[in-house]
Amino acid sequence: MKKNNFLHKHQKTLAPLLSLVLIILVTASITPGFLSIKIVDGHLFGSLLDILHRATPTALVALGMAVVIGTRGIDLSVGAVIAISGAVTAVLTVNTDFPVWLVVLCALGTGVVCGLWNGILVSVFNIQPIVATLILMVAGRGIAQMITEGQIVTFHSDVLDAIGNGYFLAFPIRVWIAIGMIVLTVLVMRKTALGLFIEAVGANVRASRLVGIEARLLVLSAYVFSGFCAAMSGIILAADIRGADANNAGLWLELDAILAVVLAGASLAGGRIYLLLTIVGVLIIQTLTTAILTSGLPAQYNLVVKATIILAVLLIQSPKTRQWLSGFFSKNKNAGKSSAGEASTDKRSAKP
Amino acid sequence: MQSLSVRSSLPWLGAFKRKAVLTTFSVLLPVLSASAMAADLTIGFSQIGSESGWRTSETESIKAEAERRGYDLKFSDAQQKQENQIKAVRSFIAQGVDGILLAPVVETGWDQVLKEAQRAKIPVVLIDRGVAADPSLYLTKVASDFKEEGSLAASWLAAKTNGRCNIVELQGSVGSSAAIDRKTGFDSIISNFPNMTIIRSQSGSFTRAGGKEVMESFLKAEGGAKNICALFAHNDDMALGAILAMKEAGVKPTKDILVVSIDAVPDIFKAMADGEANATIELNPHLGGPAFDAILASKKGTKVDKWIKANGPLYLPDTAAAEYAKRK
Repeated sequence: MKKNNFLHKHQKTLAPLLSLVLIILVTASITPGFLSIKIVDGHLFGSLLDILHRATPTALVALGMAVVIGTRGIDLSVGAVIAISGAVTAVLTVNTDFPVWLVVLCALGTGVVCGLWNGILVSVFNIQPIVATLILMVAGRGIAQMITEGQIVTFHSDVLDAIGNGYFLAFPIRVWIAIGMIVLTVLVMRKTALGLFIEAVGANVRASRLVGIEARLLVLSAYVFSGFCAAMSGIILAADIRGADANNAGLWLELDAILAVVLAGASLAGGRIYLLLTIVGVLIIQTLTTAILTSGLPAQYNLVVKATIILAVLLIQSPKTRQWLSGFFSKNKNAGKSSAGEASTDKRSAKP
Repeated sequence: MQSLSVRSSLPWLGAFKRKAVLTTFSVLLPVLSASAMAADLTIGFSQIGSESGWRTSETESIKAEAERRGYDLKFSDAQQKQENQIKAVRSFIAQGVDGILLAPVVETGWDQVLKEAQRAKIPVVLIDRGVAADPSLYLTKVASDFKEEGSLAASWLAAKTNGRCNIVELQGSVGSSAAIDRKTGFDSIISNFPNMTIIRSQSGSFTRAGGKEVMESFLKAEGGAKNICALFAHNDDMALGAILAMKEAGVKPTKDILVVSIDAVPDIFKAMADGEANATIELNPHLGGPAFDAILASKKGTKVDKWIKANGPLYLPDTAAAEYAKRK
């Protein structure tokens, strides 16, 4: 019975984690060598490493997205912000003598400005988030194209190369960067009252204002954070291919980020944030992509297979399915004991 | 030739009057050479936009060719919108141009405006893409044959490897005509060589990031480069991404894996000059010459083919440095 309780308590956490493990195991059985990790040139090498490596840009964006969604918002512009910050990185590296730290600072600054723009539209002008950020989603790519003059601007910089593809202590540097950001965000959101405030604003703006929370500023800073994360991701993506591709960098990444947040069990209606589970969601999406690429599946099936598996994961997570599953388990294990009460206990578990 | 100098001293009379003068002279002097007559053609050119470096160089090449021939080129940038292109073609018809070049942004929806041009007896030449309309509605299409590009890549590879090669393929965006036809053309050649096989084929969506990610997965799935003899990428950008992936996995492009791709963007010449790519086939942007020739031919009443294939050459590393300097 104790074990069953544990399962119930952590169902929300377990579902995405188990899905991830399952996907990895199934892929490993189809593609031999998928799990193998070797040491090449003093760093780890293998498909699992590729997944971590490739997941970092999405993970950073999803982190910002999770916070924005927590405030009952959404940020559709992250893909465009990635293109802009990548373009700024490339153009400044090629056309100026700026040291790398200044280039990176400028690119991050552009992300912050983009976030500020979104945040002001949403929190000061009260424009619906989906509409407010749609503006930058459409215009942002155009801005990036203006910066790069429509060309792919290639650059060379040892520091940026390291950010894109370097290794530190056997792991890719960009993975360390992402881990740093994740730890920092989790600490700020869970060890200070900020996370609670943001969730409160997402759950009920009016009530949180009445208890004295500065809702406007919180929403604004959520978008700024998202813009900052997207800019980081943009720098990494540009460093990865040593060039800024304004047309394609970060294209549709906003959708992957939203999907990851949702896979983590967050509600688009706001008020709930699961930061670590969001990262698990990102890993699920990236594992699928890498698995499909290594499996030798014909290209035209990629999207359908990906969608089907994502659908399955979402179905497993839906409260209805879980209720049904837990009912099924309780009936089997201790016949007749009502599970209705237990099934509704997982309303709000404030964990990362 | 005195008549010509008279004519050129009256530019302020505008295109219409100059044309009228020319017509008079050409009636009076039927021996006037074709090039002198051509000197006064007015051509309308409706371009899709400037979404890629290739399209920009196509626009510039056509403008330069018109200038070289002394044509009056009326250029219109549609910014990716068909309605803008239709408007542009209608305004060309209203201005009574001698011919229209049209790079159609989409395949369908052109019948009406093409009929209007036909009624005005203005030949329309499609540039670099086709339309889904009755071929009698336009004079000709000047475009590369994607299948031939694929075949050329395969032929080069077959010659280079004596028909013995395990190939990994980076496809373009799924469903795009460039991806489908380049694959078909490539397959049609290697099917003649029993020891040439495509061992892995995936879409890299025509992007650098896509090419890099897919190549990484190929190298993992094949356990390194030992089983891979060549990479065929449907465009240069994917090849450039794949080259990065190879280098990061400790694989030497061109030595461990041959690299052949299509488009001839400037950066691939740099890669070839650096010994990281083997061959590229140009997606020819110089379509102005054949298009103008077709309009001239139709004015003279000569029959013109419905598809003028303007395929570019295959470039090898020996000329890469010079080509890169030229294109940069």
